[in-house]
Amino acid sequence: MQKLGKQTIKFDTPPTITEVASIVGPKEANGPLAKYFDQCLEDEFWGEKTWEKSESKIIKETVNLAISKSGIPNNDIEYCFAGDLLNQCISSSFGLRGLNIPFLGIFGACSTFVEGLSLGAIIIEACAKHVLCAASSHFCSAEKQFRFPLELGNQRPPTSQWTVTGAGAAVLSKTGNGPFITHITSGKIIDMGIKDSNNMGAAMAPAALDTLLCHFNDTGRSPSYYDVILTGDLGHVGKEILTELALEKGYNIKSNYNDCGVLIFDKEKQDTHAGGSGCGCCATVFSGYFFKQFKERKIKRILLIATGALMNSTSSQQGESIPGIAHAVSIEL
Amino acid sequence: MKPLDSKKDYQKYVEQKSPNSPIFKNCFNAFWVGGLICTIGQIIMNICKSKGFSVEISGTIVSIILIGISAFLTSLNIFNKIGKFAGAGSLIPITGFANSIVSPSMEYKSEGYIMGVGGKMFTVAGPVLVFGISTSIIIGLIYMIFNTQSITLV
Repeated sequence: MQKLGKQTIKFDTPPTITEVASIVGPKEANGPLAKYFDQCLEDEFWGEKTWEKSESKIIKETVNLAISKSGIPNNDIEYCFAGDLLNQCISSSFGLRGLNIPFLGIFGACSTFVEGLSLGAIIIEACAKHVLCAASSHFCSAEKQFRFPLELGNQRPPTSQWTVTGAGAAVLSKTGNGPFITHITSGKIIDMGIKDSNNMGAAMAPAALDTLLCHFNDTGRSPSYYDVILTGDLGHVGKEILTELALEKGYNIKSNYNDCGVLIFDKEKQDTHAGGSGCGCCATVFSGYFFKQFKERKIKRILLIATGALMNSTSSQQGESIPGIAHAVSIEL
Repeated sequence: MKPLDSKKDYQKYVEQKSPNSPIFKNCFNAFWVGGLICTIGQIIMNICKSKGFSVEISGTIVSIILIGISAFLTSLNIFNKIGKFAGAGSLIPITGFANSIVSPSMEYKSEGYIMGVGGKMFTVAGPVLVFGISTSIIIGLIYMIFNTQSITLV
C-alpha cells in the first residue's frame, strides 16, 4: 500500500468485499429499501428481554449470516473489527463473544462501519487473508442512552434523526472478484461549534466536507469519477448543507450524491424527520442495497463516507459542542 | 459571508438551513388537547361535587383519576403518541407529570426493581420536583412574611 497526499492510502492489491449481510428492525422493514435487506425483524426485542440483548443478537446473527453466505470457514477469518453506539461498545463485544475470532473493538460513532472497513483493508494488505467488519445500532437502546425514555410524551424537532435498528457485516478477503476497496481516506475531527444534539447532520457535515475535499485532493479525482458519492447519516439537513458547501469549494456533487439516512426511511410516511442515523444506517444501506447494485453491475464506483458525531449524553449536558468525524472508502469494480 | 469562515458564521448558516418546528400547529394542538384534559378534570370534579364530596376531596379525586388514566395510557404505548401530537398540552397538566414518572420506570425495569425502577423513576420528573418544591417554599416564606394574619386564619 502507498500513501497519497496527507490522509489517503492506495492499496496495491485492493481487498475484495467477498460477502455482506444485513438485518434490520421493523421500522426499516417498512422503509423504501426493505426488500434489499437479508432479514427484517417483526419487533424490536427479537425474543430477548432487553433492547441491549436484542442489539447484541442482531449483530451476532448478522455476522453469522455474512460468514455463512461467504462460504469461508469460521477458522479462516483472522480478525474481526466491530463497534456500536452503546457505552463501552457492549452490543458488539457481548454479541460476538462466542465468535472465537481475534476481536478488535472500535468506536467511531456512526462512522464505525467504514472505520472497520478501512482497518480491515489495511490488515489484509499487511498480513491477513480474511477479515470481518461489522457495526450495529438500535433505536430503543440509543434513545435510552442518549435521550429520553421511549414512552415519554415529548416532541422531536424537525432536525432530529431516527437511529436505525439494524446491523451490517462485511467479509473482506485478499483475493476475489470485487467489489474492491481501492482507497481509504481517514478523516480528521472537525468541530464547527454546533451544540444541538437534535441537529447531528449539521454538526457532521463539515467533517464530511473535509474528508471529501481531502480525498479529491489526494487522489486527483473529481466527483464525476464516482457513480455514487454516499454519506452515512447526514440526513436531509446535513445532505443539503454538504451539497452547498461542496459547491462553494468548487465541487458540484448534486447529481451523484446521496445519503444513507435519507434513503433508508420515507420521510413523509414514516415520520422520521431529518432521516436515519446510527452505526447501523450506513452499514445496512451499503450491505443491503449498494452491495447488490455492485453484484448486478449497475454501479461500478462508490465513495462511501461514513459520518460520526463524537459526543455522549454527559458532554451534551455540560454544554460541549459536537465534534464530527468522517471516514471515506473508495469501493470499485 | 462564507459559512465555514468561522464557527459563528457556520452556526448562523445552520440556523437558516434547519427547518423550524411548526409553532402555530403545535400551539393549536397543545391548546385544544390541554383544554380537553382540563375539561375532563372539571367534569369529574362536578360529578364528585354533585355526589356530595367537598371541594378538596373532589380535587384529590380528579388528580387520582387523571394520573391513573395517564399512567395506564403510558403503559399501553398510547400516551407518547398523544404527547407527540399535543406537546405541552398533555405535558403541563398532571397527566404529563404521571407520564414522566411511569415512562422511566418502564424503561429501566431491565436494570432491576431497586436500582432500575427505584433509582431511575425520577430522572425526568426530578427537576420538576426539586424546583417545584423549592419555589413553593419561597412563595410560602413570602406569604408568611407579608401576610401573617391570614396564616393564622388558614
